[in-house]
Amino acid sequence: MIHWNSFSDFIAMGGYGFYVWGSFGATVLIMAIEPIAVARNRKSTIARLKRQLRAETRNTAE
Amino acid sequence: MLKIITAVIGRDLKLAMRRQADIVSALFFFVIVVSLFPLGVGPEPDLLRKLAPGVLWVAALLATMLSLPRLFADDHRDGTLEQLALAPHPLGLVVTGKVIAHWLVSGLPLALIAPVLGIQFDLSADALLVLTFAILIGTPALSGIGAIGAALTLGLRGGGVLLSLLVLPLYIPVLIFGAGAVDATVTGLGGEGHLSLLAALTFASLGFAPWASAAALKIALE
Amino acid sequence: MKDRFNLYRFASPATFYPFAGTLIPYFVAVSVVFGLAGLWLGMLVAPTDFQQGEGYRIIFIHVPASWMSMFIYLVMAGWAAIGLAFNTRLSGMMAQALAPTGALMAFLSLLTGALWGKPMWGAWWVWDARLTSELILLFLYIGYMALTAAIDDPRRADKAGGLLLLVGVVNIPIIYFSVKWWNTLHQGSSVNLAKSSMATTMLWGMLLMAMCFWMYSIAVALMRVRTIMLERERHTDWVKAELLGKAGEEK
Repeated sequence: MIHWNSFSDFIAMGGYGFYVWGSFGATVLIMAIEPIAVARNRKSTIARLKRQLRAETRNTAE
Repeated sequence: MLKIITAVIGRDLKLAMRRQADIVSALFFFVIVVSLFPLGVGPEPDLLRKLAPGVLWVAALLATMLSLPRLFADDHRDGTLEQLALAPHPLGLVVTGKVIAHWLVSGLPLALIAPVLGIQFDLSADALLVLTFAILIGTPALSGIGAIGAALTLGLRGGGVLLSLLVLPLYIPVLIFGAGAVDATVTGLGGEGHLSLLAALTFASLGFAPWASAAALKIALE
Repeated sequence: MKDRFNLYRFASPATFYPFAGTLIPYFVAVSVVFGLAGLWLGMLVAPTDFQQGEGYRIIFIHVPASWMSMFIYLVMAGWAAIGLAFNTRLSGMMAQALAPTGALMAFLSLLTGALWGKPMWGAWWVWDARLTSELILLFLYIGYMALTAAIDDPRRADKAGGLLLLVGVVNIPIIYFSVKWWNTLHQGSSVNLAKSSMATTMLWGMLLMAMCFWMYSIAVALMRVRTIMLERERHTDWVKAELLGKAGEEK
């Protein structure tokens, strides 16, 4: 069922290894970086909004 | 309906005549950009003939962009635009008039000077004729599509650069058919097909773009 | 108070926010499952292409990325139409949340197209009609993001961006056909990246990968829209409760 005879064949991709794995590598990289960037942005936004909110409530209390 | 359009055209032309320097600068920008290319790629007539349609059209695109930010900006600053938006007649008609006026002071001069620049690129008489005609019927589409961008970026910081980011990708069909018409004439294929598609683009954008621009203006004025 | 009325009329961020939060893990999980299945079929089972050798396996990401880049633009335009017609707040936020993912998909499509083109055409870049259209699509994404970023007032940003999207969607077919026409006049590329004669395993692999990309895009867009919602609605009670109640909790 599996098309490849050996693991090294799989890595070589019939001579196209660089191009195939380059494409997949770039995709994996982008799909890892994008969610991380979004999550980081979310964290910093929440922290900033919290700071603002606390500053506001303190001002109204005084 | 026609009355509104002609009134706006007359008014905008009168205003433009007070700032003739702007029109002349855009025209010289066109001349200079086109003249830079032979200096960059070398003076071989064969090469220049091949490059001419694309170079002239890209320069025309850029020259049109120069005057776009002012299309609505002046009227916006002195409050005229808000009054026009509140007036009972549809804003789209007003924008149609402004687009036509913009073409008269930006596109038309380009078409008139283009054959002179075409001679620099060793174009034949046929090609020069087609070039002039293509710019003549293609530039109204540029003014129309550009008006949408000008309305969307009205009053924004960095409006000019932003405007070109928005509008230049939308100019691609005009560029392809405009330059293609000249190219097809140079290679002897005949540019009629390109020219008719270019005319279709112009009609479509003159019918559609003013209303999109009017909607964008209303968003900007809210 | 007009804002509040519009806010609650259709999809209110206050209910959408937690809803999106619970959905995200499911989309991630489904995306991973589809991705693993697609990779297994595409990379391990699918046979060699008789014309392109093993290099054709790039289509398992190139084609899904291209599809998603076009599909996301259409979805954004759909949200824009809803937003302009019904004045809903959610639509503008969704369009803005989708844009970076769509642009990345267009970028991926170009990158993998170049990596495929080098061995097949002998050049990293060929002015092929599909690649050129994809490049223009990337420009349209960049234009949209630049416009919405330049406008400070979020309501105006939503509306102006939405109008730009609608203008873009009207123009995309015109641009595509003009580029295609231009391409056939100048040159024809003999080998094409996605051919119609494909083995069924290849086709299934591609479809599974497309599903994986689709679910991934939804998950990331939902993540992004939640942040946008907090930012935009920071003066509402539900955001204040969210910030104070779930102190420091992070998903």
